[in-house]
Amino acid sequence: MMMRISKHHLFWPLTVLAGLFVFNLLYDPGFFAIRVQGGHLYGSLIDILNYGSPLILVAIGMTLVIATAGIDLSVGSIVAIAGAIACLLISRGEDQHSLALFAVAVAASIGIALVLGLWNGLLVSGIGIQPIVATLILMVTGRGIAQLVTGGQIITVSSDPYSFLGAGWFLMLPFSIFIVGFVFVIAVLMTRKTALGMFIESVGGNPTASRLAGIRSKSVLLAVYAFCAICAGIAGLLLSSNVSSADGNNAGLWYELDAILAVVIGGTSLAGGRFFLAGTVVGALIIQTLTTTIYTIGVPPEITLVVKAIVVFAVCLIQSESFRSTIVHRWKTRRYPAEREVTRGV
Amino acid sequence: MGENRPILQMSGIHKRFPGVIALNNVDFRMYPGEVHALMGENGAGKSTLIKVLTGVYAIDGGTVDLDGAPITVGSPLEAQEHGISTVYQEVNLCPNLTVAENIFIGREPRRFGKIQWKELNRRAERLLAERLNLNIDVTRTLDSYSVAIQQLVAIARALNVSAKVLILDEPTSSLDQGEVQELFAVMRKLKEQGLGILFVTHFLDQVYEITDRITVLRNGELVGEFMTKELPRMDLVLHMIGKDLELLADLPASDFGQAGEASGETFLKVTGLGRQGSIEPFDFMIQRGEVVGFAGLLGSGRTEAARLLFGADRADQGQWQAAGGGKVDSPRQAIRRGIAFCSENRKTEGIIEDLTIRENIILAMQAHRGWFKSIPRKRQEAIADEYIETLNINPPNPEQLIKNLSGGNQQKVLLARWLLMEPNLLILDEPTRGIDVGAKAEIQKLVLALAKKGMAVLFISSEMEEVLRVSDRIVVLRDRQIVRQMTGEDIHHHNVMQAIAGEN
Repeated sequence: MMMRISKHHLFWPLTVLAGLFVFNLLYDPGFFAIRVQGGHLYGSLIDILNYGSPLILVAIGMTLVIATAGIDLSVGSIVAIAGAIACLLISRGEDQHSLALFAVAVAASIGIALVLGLWNGLLVSGIGIQPIVATLILMVTGRGIAQLVTGGQIITVSSDPYSFLGAGWFLMLPFSIFIVGFVFVIAVLMTRKTALGMFIESVGGNPTASRLAGIRSKSVLLAVYAFCAICAGIAGLLLSSNVSSADGNNAGLWYELDAILAVVIGGTSLAGGRFFLAGTVVGALIIQTLTTTIYTIGVPPEITLVVKAIVVFAVCLIQSESFRSTIVHRWKTRRYPAEREVTRGV
Repeated sequence: MGENRPILQMSGIHKRFPGVIALNNVDFRMYPGEVHALMGENGAGKSTLIKVLTGVYAIDGGTVDLDGAPITVGSPLEAQEHGISTVYQEVNLCPNLTVAENIFIGREPRRFGKIQWKELNRRAERLLAERLNLNIDVTRTLDSYSVAIQQLVAIARALNVSAKVLILDEPTSSLDQGEVQELFAVMRKLKEQGLGILFVTHFLDQVYEITDRITVLRNGELVGEFMTKELPRMDLVLHMIGKDLELLADLPASDFGQAGEASGETFLKVTGLGRQGSIEPFDFMIQRGEVVGFAGLLGSGRTEAARLLFGADRADQGQWQAAGGGKVDSPRQAIRRGIAFCSENRKTEGIIEDLTIRENIILAMQAHRGWFKSIPRKRQEAIADEYIETLNINPPNPEQLIKNLSGGNQQKVLLARWLLMEPNLLILDEPTRGIDVGAKAEIQKLVLALAKKGMAVLFISSEMEEVLRVSDRIVVLRDRQIVRQMTGEDIHHHNVMQAIAGEN
């Protein structure tokens, strides 16, 4: 039974997450405490979910791209562009609080994100550029586009409906959590209730065989990059709405790297094939928890990235089966030299 | 021969994989100076035993003694250090390096860190000449030699000074008759030098020609060890398949019955179909219920022609007349017309390793239906169970990942994928390559049964007996051209050989 549990793909990600929680609990006994204040739930766990929302969104999209043996480096730039466009449209409006204006702004942002995703998908599937190069193009130019949209300034808006997206509350919880939940459910339904998931895994696992089996791998790739960009676009809306402003320079900076990391921690291989959406969510939560932890225990800002790097490195090692067996093997041989022959044979 | 002490002794070997016991208490021994055949059906445990011996897998139980002393083999490198050398089925060398470089790569003679090229070439020449009787220019690149020579170079590379055991895993599967003889000459020479040679093959003729001793495995268990001379072929095959004689591949063609009669209704006709640098323009037609065999050597254009018919490669000239419409430009279009193609490259063009048996079976059907019309899970399971049952796929667990299956069972899964589509034309490219006698016969029977039901089958194989047995009509290819077609009385071993060889 224990074996079966430890073989489950979520076992190690969840163990790591639990480990981080326990560490926090030791440091701050009130870590799990959730209190009600003004009809809203507050607490560290809620914060992690709330602040982690954009990353989870981006990572969900990234999971599908990585499952096709691709990668999307442009998500950080798309985050910035989406926020910039929404804020620009709202800031130009006569009545910034208008719901119609809000709807137009959101639709325009997501629409642009979709176009950018299709662009990535076309480069990869139509022209056949390697994904890492194809999306690098938009990663670089995307920042430029975002700055062009914001005119090099930080655009500030004051729109009630817009700030509700990333800073509002619903059923006592931050609204962004519901958005993430919604996108996650859509992604799961889309991949597991239709055949899309199997096609993604098939194209990622063996593109030639997939073509010979009659799978339209080009449209699968197109769909996956488009979906990833839409996820990034929504994440961009959440981020900019949370602070009611758009910063073309810094919004979503290095998000692509955190997202890739979350996907890998969640158990999806960079080589493509099988993918695990729930694993990705846990992976993103691990990264967010780590970030929060580093702030709460007061690691000096100049070395936070180093600490993060070390922990991430450790997490990757723990997840590696061959590394674990080497450790167990060493430990056994050191303790029981007489068993050496036996364990070597096994 | 007749040495009293085995050079290699494996006792009570156990190896488990998730959900499968690959080797159960298997004993295996080998004497110096003998060629020992390891025989068994797909999934019998041959590959696993070899991989255990060469350190690719760790054993779960049992002992390995080499030269009387117990050894543990933790990695392929350790195996080599112990003197256990392996040549795998596919040549694992670098075609762009010279023969000498290939032999000594990673262990070049050096002085002050600089490779001694002259010394390297001299040693390579000597090694090939003395041990393998092969006199070739070792400074030419490997790809300037035939596959057979490449195979011998691979053997030379595997032989280091201390080699005691040489494992040849299906070395003959891509060689022609003359090349096989060349290889056998080398094997005899090595045998004289006291090497123990473990020879894995599916060709019974070769087993009886070259080996001294045979070990038979079935379902991961040892069936027995026999002296080749004392084991009649029938008995060997019986030991291997453990089934009724009726499935024997060596049965005369009459026992298979003649294939279904061609209906006279043309399903597909192409004229002047060709592709630059791949196959010369050819005319071809096939009727419903007809089995057409493509015969020819490797590289004769068999596969290339089939790929054009399926749209896997795009033809750059030619006219189409298919039952369901005109030109076929892509596999998708071919599938829509009712054409199915089982590629000869199971691993790279057939299976999706990460997916389960069930998913691999329904893949083409699902691709045909599109994303949204997902086949309900229950239906998928029913389909998988049905084909596992009819094709006798092992293990019979639809949720097993296909990468954990043996080659023959993977092939059956791919067959299931296409049979499920109920195609009008089924193209089988080397459907029986690298699979055992029992499964071969099953697949051949299946082909005939399908033709009886009105399916047109295009059957490609390197094994001439097989092509002769199943085909109503034989198309012979040579040098990327269709050179001859024969039907009825005309179909004869001799005629086909002549056409392939290019004699009149």
